[in-house]
Amino acid sequence: MDWTFTLETFISLVAAIPLTLQLAATSILLGAFLALGLALLRLSGVRVLDWFARFYVFVFRGTPLLVQIFLIYYGLSQFPAVRHTMLWPILREPYWCAVIALTLNTAAYASEIIRGGLVSVPHGQIEAARACGMPRFMVFRRIVLPLAIRQALPGYGNEMISMVKATSLASIITLMEVTGVAAKIISETYRAIEVFIVAGVIYLTINFLLTRLVHVVEYMLSPHLRAPRLRTPVQGESK
Amino acid sequence: MNQPGFLDVISFGPGGWGAALLAGAWMTVLIAISGFLIGSIIGTFGAWAKISGGRTIRAIADGYTTVLRGIPDLLVIYLFYFGGSAAVTAIGRFFGSEGFIGFPGFLAGALAVGITSGAQQTEVFRGAFKAVHKGEIEAAIACGMSRALRFRRIIAPLTLRHALPGMGNVWQVVLKESALVSITGVAELLRQAQVGAGSTGMPFNFYVVAGAIYLTISTFSGALLQWSERYFSRGVRRN
Amino acid sequence: MNAQVPATTPMALDVKDLHKSFGNVEVLKGISLRAREGEVVSILGSSGSGKSTLLRCINLLEVPDSGDVTVGDETIRMQRTRDGKSRPADQAQVERIRSQLGMVFQSFNLWSHKTILENVIEAPIHVQKRPRKECVEEAEALLAKVGIAEKRDHYPSHLSGGQQQRAAIARALAMRPKVMLFDEPTSALDPELVGEVLRVMRGLAEEGRTMLVVTHEMGFARDVSSRVVFLHKGLVEEDGRPEHVFVNSKSERFKQFIKG
Repeated sequence: MDWTFTLETFISLVAAIPLTLQLAATSILLGAFLALGLALLRLSGVRVLDWFARFYVFVFRGTPLLVQIFLIYYGLSQFPAVRHTMLWPILREPYWCAVIALTLNTAAYASEIIRGGLVSVPHGQIEAARACGMPRFMVFRRIVLPLAIRQALPGYGNEMISMVKATSLASIITLMEVTGVAAKIISETYRAIEVFIVAGVIYLTINFLLTRLVHVVEYMLSPHLRAPRLRTPVQGESK
Repeated sequence: MNQPGFLDVISFGPGGWGAALLAGAWMTVLIAISGFLIGSIIGTFGAWAKISGGRTIRAIADGYTTVLRGIPDLLVIYLFYFGGSAAVTAIGRFFGSEGFIGFPGFLAGALAVGITSGAQQTEVFRGAFKAVHKGEIEAAIACGMSRALRFRRIIAPLTLRHALPGMGNVWQVVLKESALVSITGVAELLRQAQVGAGSTGMPFNFYVVAGAIYLTISTFSGALLQWSERYFSRGVRRN
Repeated sequence: MNAQVPATTPMALDVKDLHKSFGNVEVLKGISLRAREGEVVSILGSSGSGKSTLLRCINLLEVPDSGDVTVGDETIRMQRTRDGKSRPADQAQVERIRSQLGMVFQSFNLWSHKTILENVIEAPIHVQKRPRKECVEEAEALLAKVGIAEKRDHYPSHLSGGQQQRAAIARALAMRPKVMLFDEPTSALDPELVGEVLRVMRGLAEEGRTMLVVTHEMGFARDVSSRVVFLHKGLVEEDGRPEHVFVNSKSERFKQFIKG
């Protein structure tokens, strides 16, 4: 292995990490809100809304992400009308097109994960909240959502890792994130193995840290699943 | 100049792209099936390594699945496509050839898809084997079946039954992943759509049609998988 | 000691002619039931008699098809939707009345992501908007009263069934309810844990709490309650003071029932 070349590659690829992280974080965050909305539509009990959400999930899970990216980046510009709207400054940018496609895509997968979390909340605990006189939204905010988030977290962690991997497709529409830079170096030097190893190590590290982070959050959110922390109550202490 | 209408994209007449897209869809199915089969073979060995391999073999299998689940598929395709070309060029040079020899995109794609799906199939098969009731294996031992006979007549069919739902999921992933092989220039569905989009200036139409074809393939193959699942799990109670 | 109250005591709860069907099955066929302040009413009946549904209709966890529920002097206003279904006219009123009824469930239903103390102070703080400090102090007193003060920082999954049910009772009491509703509070408990919950309930009865108790515990019904109501197939079959009904009920079904 050529160490100078490997080191140079490493330096170039590290410089591209911020873009990878930015793409992943933005789309995961925006996707989470969209996913929650979709999950609520699925559970709304209103047939039209339910079917809309089902159709959305069906389409976005049934087609390749790359097709979705191309459709948004190249496809929409086909219409002169789009080019004259306020959205054009956004839809013209490969970065925002990638973010939009990744967001729409992850929302489809995540909505199913969130829906699973929401339906897993024991009905009795919801009833107990209603029996206390809590209004609907308060029941959702204080009882249903915290329990659902805890339940959905492991699945959501996997989806986040998928998203980090999926950001690599942004390189195909010219974005120079980690895979984009790696592809450029490979096509210039044909030294696929070294570049692959360096890029692979970077992705593995990101995903390893992400997994640890999810575990930490999981741990923080599940004191009720751990062994009790014995403590003598102090009189008058407010918690 | 007369702009072709939406239907011209899928027409089979002169100037229509129907035949080209259909050929692309066929190529997509071929890549996906090849990749899936390669992945199944790798998955079988991977699961065997994880279940009954020694410490070293198990460590290799663990490393393989961890790495492949943590890095983008696109990176693996780059590795095989460019790495393969570099390798065959080096071999060619050894035999006296001067120029650059390209690695066939189909082979690179099928191998890359196979390697990534192999990691998923390893986990599917391992989980399926674990789900096999130990009593049924003991019953086979008690009948005096040899190791090989036991595997062929009892363990393999039972494992396969448990593995079918997971294999169905992997197939859907593989089908969508095959779209990435378009970067190697293989004339699969997305590549054909790209060519059509470029020569007609109607990317939206082509990518919508390509998406619809992917959706159709995945829906039909999904139905087929479900049918076979039901067929092969006769007598297996599902929970 | 059975809690008997004079006939002049005001009504705490007045249920009139309650009907409820699930699909084609009519579970409540016109039930009326009153409880004066301080009365402990035990509701008995075999499974399917509608006793749990009755309790759940009182705080509108199930919406009755017709009939009136009055808590204190406030009657829950109902209205009919266009397709003839019954529904509360004012959701805010329902929520206000629910906060005056303390419900104890068969399966405890403690919120699993909150500690015992957090369970108890949740509704007083967020529904009744009372100051946190006051709620915490009151909650600690209530937990001491049901005998699990030292468990305040534990999560429900760390407690035994009997402890969980006592915590659930404390949670219901924390809202300072006018009436306590118990829906088979000991049915999900292992036999050796039933006693500790019944002891707490007996203590509440002696304090003069108004309680409606759906139960299978004959001893509790006989010794603690001021009135026993026996439901059969959605109707009140027997209603009277325990020392009367347990000795000389005219209902053959009730006699059969208490024989077990």
